[in-house]
Amino acid sequence: MSEEQKMVKAFIMGEAYDVPEGSTIIMAMEYAGFQMKRGVGCREGFCGACATVYREKGDYKLKGGLACQTVVTDGMTLAQIPFVPAEKPIYDIKELTPDIDTIKTLFPTIFRCVACNTCTKACPQEIKVMDYVQALKRGDIGRAADLSFDCIRCGLCALRCPSEIVQYNAATLAQRLYGRYLNKKSPELEERIVEVENGKYEKELDELVEMPREEQSKRYYAREIKLK
Amino acid sequence: MYPDYMMKSIQMVEKTRPKRLELAKKQGKQVFPAMSESERQAVLDNFHPDFKKDARREVRVGVNKGESLTTEVADLLESYSRVDPVIFDLNNPDHETDVLVIGAGSAGMAAAITAGINGSNVLLATKLRLGDSNSMMAQGGIQAADQKDDSPVLHYLDVMGGGHFENKPDLVKALVNDGPIAIKWLEELGVMFDKNEDGSMMVKPGGGTCRSRMHSTRDYTGAGICRVLRDEVYNMPDKIKYLEFTSIIELILDEKGQAVGAIGYHLETKQYMVIKASSIIIATGGFGRLHVRGFETTNHYGATADGLVIAYRAGANLMFMDSVQYHPTGAVFPEQILGFLCTEKIRSMGAQPVNHDGDLFVYPLEPRDIEAAAFIRECAERGKGVKTPTGKVGIWLDSPLIDLINGEGATQKYLPAMLRQYKRFDIDVIKYPMLVYPTLHYQNGGVEVDDKGETKIPGLYVAGEAVGGIHGRNRLMGNSQLDLIVFGRRSGYWASERAKKGVQFGKLTMQHVYDYEKKVAKLKIPRKKIAPIILPDYIPDHVKIKQKTTEYFGTLF
Ligand SMILES: Cc1cc2nc3c(=O)[nH]c(=O)nc-3n(C[C@H](O)[C@H](O)[C@H](O)COP(=O)(O)OP(=O)(O)OC[C@H]3O[C@@H](n4cnc5c(N)ncnc54)[C@H](O)[C@@H]3O)c2cc1C
Ligand code: SF4
Ligand code: SF4
Ligand code: FES
Repeated sequence: MSEEQKMVKAFIMGEAYDVPEGSTIIMAMEYAGFQMKRGVGCREGFCGACATVYREKGDYKLKGGLACQTVVTDGMTLAQIPFVPAEKPIYDIKELTPDIDTIKTLFPTIFRCVACNTCTKACPQEIKVMDYVQALKRGDIGRAADLSFDCIRCGLCALRCPSEIVQYNAATLAQRLYGRYLNKKSPELEERIVEVENGKYEKELDELVEMPREEQSKRYYAREIKLK
Repeated sequence: MYPDYMMKSIQMVEKTRPKRLELAKKQGKQVFPAMSESERQAVLDNFHPDFKKDARREVRVGVNKGESLTTEVADLLESYSRVDPVIFDLNNPDHETDVLVIGAGSAGMAAAITAGINGSNVLLATKLRLGDSNSMMAQGGIQAADQKDDSPVLHYLDVMGGGHFENKPDLVKALVNDGPIAIKWLEELGVMFDKNEDGSMMVKPGGGTCRSRMHSTRDYTGAGICRVLRDEVYNMPDKIKYLEFTSIIELILDEKGQAVGAIGYHLETKQYMVIKASSIIIATGGFGRLHVRGFETTNHYGATADGLVIAYRAGANLMFMDSVQYHPTGAVFPEQILGFLCTEKIRSMGAQPVNHDGDLFVYPLEPRDIEAAAFIRECAERGKGVKTPTGKVGIWLDSPLIDLINGEGATQKYLPAMLRQYKRFDIDVIKYPMLVYPTLHYQNGGVEVDDKGETKIPGLYVAGEAVGGIHGRNRLMGNSQLDLIVFGRRSGYWASERAKKGVQFGKLTMQHVYDYEKKVAKLKIPRKKIAPIILPDYIPDHVKIKQKTTEYFGTLF
């Protein structure tokens, strides 16, 4: 940041700090002197470690966001959420069926949803959280898996839910059920595995392993490039 | 949004777009000629950061003494332990386990699950939370030769060519031959691969591949895999115990030279712990947070090469630690996302890199080191880059081509993370290109292992990005995600087998640490130079002066 950097005031857990304009919440906290351990992971919006709640100057709304993706505005008051207590049922994916009975047994709280849409409004990934919860209620695993796909498990939806639902854990189950049971199987994959297991490529690979570099290089540059 | 002066350059990009679109639509034809072997060498020698003056230096202690390594790595290795090991009572371990896994990215979790299924008790210790890792962040895809027109043999050639034929051949063979099986293992755990209507895998090409074999789960491929593995770890409480916010800071050997344990440190309660184990798997990932040559990085917060440090002190050999992977397309604008990854999948789906004038200057899918060096050449030598308001420079990645080539909605459907990332800062990448420049991405080298994942130290295994040899000096996109699973599973299995056979423990010792420190002291390196550094330090100097921590390199707890 350059010398004539413009500064804004951020209230980190209520205390005022001057931080460079344009900083994300994580950058601002580090600038203020916090050595982060909780509340930070990937720093790029993929891990969900950095859920933060904040209010902006002149706005009564309590907002949620990712600290690595949200830019501090002048007068913002904020607090990070170090951890979200949530129940996670234990299951063996191999023994489940991809249907509503599984949802009923493992996530009975889902059926308490009152369709208030608070979760959807809270989601920093702009996921239609309520819609995937509703899909689960109907046993529509495919739709739930699809709608919830971009969930990074930041926990903000669960924190705001008046019905105490842990949406994202149910989403993970839906995704796994879909991946294992409902996604159509790939015939080529199965065939290739049989070939590999029968040792079809062993000999040729072993030859390559032993082949001098120049010869390998020749084969490499001569190989045909055929892209789909 | 882009400032006006940048919009002027974008207008030139828009002008050349229809012509470039036409080129792209010509099936099977390359939009720009790929480089020959000699052209490749020339651009690497002159423009790749690894070949700059001072990029490498000789390391003066340890197994690789006298070898030339990336300067920042040599600096890191020439360091003292975080604590004097004399304070630990090795005879009274706080934890005893069959298999200790260090690091909960996809490699570590695949290893833990495999060892657990094989009947071993596993202790999984990780720096931050389970899954807070580079694994979670991968976007583009995972390679495996499962298509009809493809084969593990072609995959082998691609891996070797990408790595300039220096890779360890037995590791490459394991990688490509296990590839399809790894994909199936993941699918059975519930990973949602992108499929065509008929169930066949939706595959894309990647830099340096001769066939389309990049499997994906939208552009959240790493998360699509890692979160499933994490859920499975949660589901195995009888077999896998995990410790979060626990960093391993040293290994314990026994008199016979076997690896038999480790020292852990809890970042929050600041307690140390002694762990005894029959086998140990290091899966600590890469080193992006060392910011080699001052580069921004795509890596997660804990990517500080801890595993290399502790393995090296214990006597493990490093390979290819003189080479760094810069991903060609890291964001340079806006400032808040500096260094963030713009996945290679963007180019796989047809986006082209163009210069300030909107002209193509390189085949969009060269192997990464070549592509990155070509970008640097375009900016440095030819002066055809685009300057940002803060003085950085970049190349346009013409993303609007994606919808034009693949049909409207393709970006939304297959690159949602990318779209969201830029939308947060008011840039619509369906309409406007993104500005990119090479960013520090991947640790090509690492600890040498055999095809079981074992090092020269009995009982010490390594998996994932911390391994050196699989990718030579240059990894291709999608082969890392594959190696995590292949070697995560192999090391998990063999570590578990070793534990099952029963290990005859000798007396536990940390003599290797004392011996190593003595050599470091001889070099007159100041005592304050400690490692592993655990977390990078982004607190500004004017604050550190008041914290009285200015002289420390890395985190002080
Ligand atoms: C943004 C991004 C995109 C990528 N995209 C792709 C892609 O599309 N395809 C592909 O093949 N590859 C990709 N890669 C590369 C690939 O994802 C990584 O190389 C890979 O995930 C590394 O996995 P890992 O399990 O070895 O390490 P990581 O996933 O990084 O996990 C290491 C774990 O060890 C922990 N740890 C570190 N030190 C210690 C310690 N001292 N004690 C305890 N725990 C410790 C860390 O906290 C972390 O949890 C990408 C990488 C990044 C960063
Ligand atoms: S669905 Fe919930 S946990 Fe997932 S990203 Fe949205 S708010 Fe976070
Ligand atoms: S917040 Fe809770 S109750 Fe409201 S819609 Fe979401 S899941 Fe249903
Ligand atoms: S730090 Fe990972 S999402 Fe913010």
